[in-house]
Amino acid sequence: MTREDIIKPENLVYKRTPVLTDATMHYCPGCGHGVVHRIIAEVIEEMGIQNNVIGISPVGCSVLAYNYFDVDFVEAAHGRAPACASAIKRLRPETFVFSYQGDGDLASIGCAEVMHACNRGENITMIFINNGIYGMTGGQMAPTTLEGMETVTCPYGRDPKVMGHTMRLTEMLAQLPGTYFVTRQAVYTPALARKCKKAIRMAFENQKLNKGVSFVEVTSNCNSGWKMTPVQANQWMEENTLKYFPLGDMKVDGKFDPKFIERVGTFDQPNETIFSLRKK
Amino acid sequence: MAKELVLMKGNQAIAEAAIRCGCDGYFGYPITPQSEVLEHLMAERPYDPNSPAYTGMAVLQAESELASINMVYAGASTGKRVMTSSSSPGFSLMQEGLSYIAGAELPALCVNVVRGGPGLGTIQPSQSDYFQTTKGGGHGDYRLITLAPASVQEMYDFVELGFDLAFKYRNPVAILSDGVIGQVMEKVMVDDYKPRWTDEYIEQTCPWAATGHRSTGKHRIVTSLELEALKQEAINDRIQAKYRKCEEEDARYEAIQCDDAEYLFVAYGSAARICMKSIELARAEGIKVGLVRPITLWPFPTKAVAEIGGRMKKILSVEMNAGQMIEDVKLAVGCNVPVEHFGRYGGVIPTPVEILDALKKMIK
Amino acid sequence: MTEEIIIAGFGGQGVLSMGKILAYAGIMQDKEVSWLPSYGPEMRGGTSNVTVILSDERICSPYLNQFDTAIILNQQSMDKFESSVKPGGLLIYDPNGITNHPTRKDINIYQVAAADKANELGIAKLFNMIVLGGFLAVKPLVTPEMLHKGLQKSLPERHHHLIPKNEEAVEIGKGILKPYHTL
Repeated sequence: MTREDIIKPENLVYKRTPVLTDATMHYCPGCGHGVVHRIIAEVIEEMGIQNNVIGISPVGCSVLAYNYFDVDFVEAAHGRAPACASAIKRLRPETFVFSYQGDGDLASIGCAEVMHACNRGENITMIFINNGIYGMTGGQMAPTTLEGMETVTCPYGRDPKVMGHTMRLTEMLAQLPGTYFVTRQAVYTPALARKCKKAIRMAFENQKLNKGVSFVEVTSNCNSGWKMTPVQANQWMEENTLKYFPLGDMKVDGKFDPKFIERVGTFDQPNETIFSLRKK
Repeated sequence: MAKELVLMKGNQAIAEAAIRCGCDGYFGYPITPQSEVLEHLMAERPYDPNSPAYTGMAVLQAESELASINMVYAGASTGKRVMTSSSSPGFSLMQEGLSYIAGAELPALCVNVVRGGPGLGTIQPSQSDYFQTTKGGGHGDYRLITLAPASVQEMYDFVELGFDLAFKYRNPVAILSDGVIGQVMEKVMVDDYKPRWTDEYIEQTCPWAATGHRSTGKHRIVTSLELEALKQEAINDRIQAKYRKCEEEDARYEAIQCDDAEYLFVAYGSAARICMKSIELARAEGIKVGLVRPITLWPFPTKAVAEIGGRMKKILSVEMNAGQMIEDVKLAVGCNVPVEHFGRYGGVIPTPVEILDALKKMIK
Repeated sequence: MTEEIIIAGFGGQGVLSMGKILAYAGIMQDKEVSWLPSYGPEMRGGTSNVTVILSDERICSPYLNQFDTAIILNQQSMDKFESSVKPGGLLIYDPNGITNHPTRKDINIYQVAAADKANELGIAKLFNMIVLGGFLAVKPLVTPEMLHKGLQKSLPERHHHLIPKNEEAVEIGKGILKPYHTL
């Protein structure tokens, strides 16, 4: 039996989307980036927009995202992907434009750009991978690092008195009038990945409506940076991260859900989760 | 509207030229003394189909100079003719972006209406960003093709010229102006409106551009990242070859009253204009002095300065800074002719009489 | 012909627009023109000045420190610019608010009491046009027709109905000009 005999239409149950290239991804085993890449690529394929989309990759672990998508890509300077996406959408309004950023890129150095792109209501899709750490540079503290969590630049745990509080940027963006769809998703189980795909599909479809930013945060892990096995990392995320970064839609069709904020607690009173957290 | 003669500020001329030459997008942030660029664009509304100046050009007041230059980077990535403008402190913030634009080999236009520094400095005119603009500014081995307008007409003309050079070399081009040329009003002959490039034209002429349409059948990536050193060296070789070609083909200057001159001013931009008045005063006293005005600061018109300067007894490099261009003048003439510097800085403009006095002092 | 002029006074006196009207009128007469303002915080209520050059030839420096004519509208400007008038040149000033009158003997000096006149007639906004009239009485660089065209160009269309009033103010200025010291 040859390879061709096996790959017959009646046998075919799964096919990798052609929107992903043949390049081997450099992501660590267990990392969420690869899953989110595939979801985005599948959405692009299903919407039939492979020849009408421009992606913006960040600086961080996903800096080489452009090698994995067979669509036109622009590699942005650190934190500036929302500015890049804004300009491209304004110059090429007929094109689907998405930015792809990590938490150091989006929530730290690029805080101004993401705020203002959202505030202007740019008609773009933003994907935000939040794993609470700087992965590529070797596991340093990010604005999204949980209080008490250890990283190489807070080896005794993040002390909010010295290092500031864990930043929930997505909740802030949801309150800007320029955002149309804001949600927090995860991809560490098949069910969650399917849900995330629906959200990303909606975030792309919304560009046809011309109503503002569609923002999808994917809360993810970094087993290398967290110094855990993939299974441990997912477990740890479920037990800790998701308490502070609960999953769900914050804003749909331009309507903000106030219950979501009730669920996470107000900004001046973070819910009692994670102080003095130690993972070892 | 057809060709016509108008009275406008240098900053307005930049904006008007952008609209009329078919620029696709402007992204900027207010800073004195160049805010009239954005003000004029927002008053003319080239993005609004109901405006008489409608061309479809996008205009956006960005949240910062960082955002502006990165918007320019991204716009240029898709083959569009895009620009920004700023003044010294804002231009400093743009240096990272300029390095990326040069590294990704993208065409873009950046205007710097220079004010006195360092730091927040002053808002008055200066030429103290010569080093920053011609020698680098951002990181890495790159050059900015630098045009130095000395009149409002040149502010207007250099926008289209800047885009032409930017696309010829796929490299960022700077217009290095200053508060005098930005704020002065002079007569300008403006062109008829030219249409913006069509998407088909961009697909044909810019195969490198990430237009989103994958018309070559393969995805196009715009990046300045190459992790393998040998490949990065090859990219640098290609960029350097462009720079050698640019030095050969596009160094520009103007020579004024040099034929019978015994002494030479070398000055650019508003300093050159003031020197022209000093020449008038000097010649009335029988001092034969001429002027070489570099129009491109990079590539510096080395051959012209060497050739004309070589015939002189002495050369005075007149700059609104503490002595920056003088290094290029000295490199051009070697040890053949003594070169001295005269400058006022920190926002002070030298007067024609001051320059004349400096010339006389040098002659003695 | 080249005429190098500095107009200096307080922000809000219409210094810049007076220069602009002169520049536009110059363009209408096919002259080369240059209009260089002081800018920045100075514009916002402090002193304000503008250098205007009209010439038949290519204009060299837009920035000057010696002038054929200085039009001076406050004491600070008098202190700063009296000495920058070329020997044999012209200084016109409004004596309103001037405590130290000009002392030079090598230039022509005229007074135009525009502020008092404008208040008397209730046309404070046309103060600068009265001053301009005084200047044009001494140096008729632009004809009344060209001035009319210059006003049309420099004023937004919604203000065009005010052009006759502006022209009247110029005539008033010509009438109230008084020699202070002439060569």
